Amino acid sequence: MVQDKTIGSRIFNVVNYSLLLVIALVTFLPFIHVIAGSFTTAGELATKQLVLVPTTWSLEAYRYIFSTNTVLTGLATSIGVTAGGTLFSMFLTALMAYGLSRRDLTGRRPIMFVVVFTMLFSGGIIPTFLVVKSMGLIDSYAAMVVPTAINAFNLIIMRNFFQNLPEGLEESAKIDGASDWGILFRIVIPLSMPAIATISLFYAVTYWNTYITAILYLTDAGKWPIQVILRQIVVLSSGLAGDTSSMDDFASRPPEQTVKMAVIVVATLPILLVYPFLQKHFAKGALLGSIKG
Amino acid sequence: MRDTAALSEMVVKEKQRPELRRRFIKNRALYMMILPGFLFFVIFKYIPMGGLVIAFQDYQPYNGIWNSPWVGWKHFERLFADQMFVTILRNTLLLFFLNLLFYFPVPIILALMLNEVRINIFKRVVQTVVYIPHFMSWVIIVSISFVMLSMDRGIINELFVMMGFEKVNFLMSTEWFRPMYVLQIIWREAGWGTIIYLAAMAAIDPGLYEAARIDGASRLRQIWHITLPSIRSVIVVLLILKIGDVLELGFEHIYLLLNSMNREVAEIFDTYVFTAGLRQGQFSYSTAVGFFKSIVGLILVISANWLSKKAGEEGIY
Repeated sequence: MVQDKTIGSRIFNVVNYSLLLVIALVTFLPFIHVIAGSFTTAGELATKQLVLVPTTWSLEAYRYIFSTNTVLTGLATSIGVTAGGTLFSMFLTALMAYGLSRRDLTGRRPIMFVVVFTMLFSGGIIPTFLVVKSMGLIDSYAAMVVPTAINAFNLIIMRNFFQNLPEGLEESAKIDGASDWGILFRIVIPLSMPAIATISLFYAVTYWNTYITAILYLTDAGKWPIQVILRQIVVLSSGLAGDTSSMDDFASRPPEQTVKMAVIVVATLPILLVYPFLQKHFAKGALLGSIKG
Repeated sequence: MRDTAALSEMVVKEKQRPELRRRFIKNRALYMMILPGFLFFVIFKYIPMGGLVIAFQDYQPYNGIWNSPWVGWKHFERLFADQMFVTILRNTLLLFFLNLLFYFPVPIILALMLNEVRINIFKRVVQTVVYIPHFMSWVIIVSISFVMLSMDRGIINELFVMMGFEKVNFLMSTEWFRPMYVLQIIWREAGWGTIIYLAAMAAIDPGLYEAARIDGASRLRQIWHITLPSIRSVIVVLLILKIGDVLELGFEHIYLLLNSMNREVAEIFDTYVFTAGLRQGQFSYSTAVGFFKSIVGLILVISANWLSKKAGEEGIY
């Protein structure tokens, strides 16, 4: 490409680059502010207006939130639900997607319709709640996984991926006497690791971030995931009359700002740690998803 | 004649039946793979759809669906007569239009800006940063906002004081609810929203820009006359799909922002269903509200998809 070196173009560049820099900063500074705030003392946060780098470093807030089990239990629950849920969802999704990817399967189109229609219409919150209740899932960890086990969108992406694998692979394996299960686990899945990684990350992030299913189906505060704990500590303690459910450990007084920030950091950190992997895969996944299902 | 036709049809059917069974047996492993997922859809998606019948009953948990009395359209009549219905509808439409007006253009503009960046490393860094909030849960997004907007030493209010303004109680105010809602969406989704536009821009023939430069077109004119028209169809499709999603304003998001002080402006269908159904136990009434929302939503999505096909673009379904 010929480089454009007119004055107008240079001015354009300066303005464009500066604006983008500002946008990036505005997007990211809230995170820095919260991280910095979590590592300082309540006193410092009270006197200094803008904390991006603490002058007094302190682990006071973290010591406080880990002095009781509430946050730790929430973290453990979230880790368990994320790991178990991702495995479970990925297993069901990959199996169903592979079955539906085989063009010679009778009834493939009607089954696809059954899946796609759920993206357009749903029974809604209450009827779903009643089904979950009648299955005895209320107040069980499974309630955060089973009712949302398969995401129709992820299923379609996965099916499209399988469908685009060369058909000759399956045929030659069949001639060699492989069963459909053998083909799936020994040939198709090893070849599909990039897609499986992408969809697993989709599921993992969804499970880590989930809070509404916990609010819907879990009344037992001891089973709440970290996101619900975060909501209790930050959203509900700021003098808001939303929910009346209280938390024994923190009920005595409203938590300090630094404490709230520390809980935010704890709930955010795992995502920030896997983010470099996420970004690479997710951008691809987002584009995959835009291709007609 | 007719008889022979019927006969031959029967013969064909006779032939087909074992054929169908043979194919089923041949592929039984594939059906076994589909079965668990299929059961999931039946149990957690289709049985609840059947459960919508309680909208026409006075459902009592101890009677169950089979023994609860039928009441016809009672709950729908109550809904349409309810002052709350007007409030919810107004909130839904208002939030949707604010979203369309203030959020929708942001990813397009941001993508246009990123597309003009020639220093690759700069582009990548900015992209990396603006995608981050998309991966954060709404609880995290709302929590960070609340900490910063708090009356109690929130940084925004501290800045207001420094600049000589009064503190504002953002979280409890009705006027600030809508701007806060839209700004949080922009913060979380604008960066991620650029991906699809950037992909469309990457497909534009560079020769077009070169020709325009030789003709002396400025950078802004190139954006206006080449980039924008090239992504026009993507914009149209996304716009239409967004209109199909009017009723999906983000239950997870608004539920967090909702409190007794801003209910008047923040209540939407889903939050109302949640409160009336699960908190107050009005199962049938809240199901009727949800049913109404789902039906309108379905009509909107289908029309939107039809429209986008009509507009010469590919629909999604």
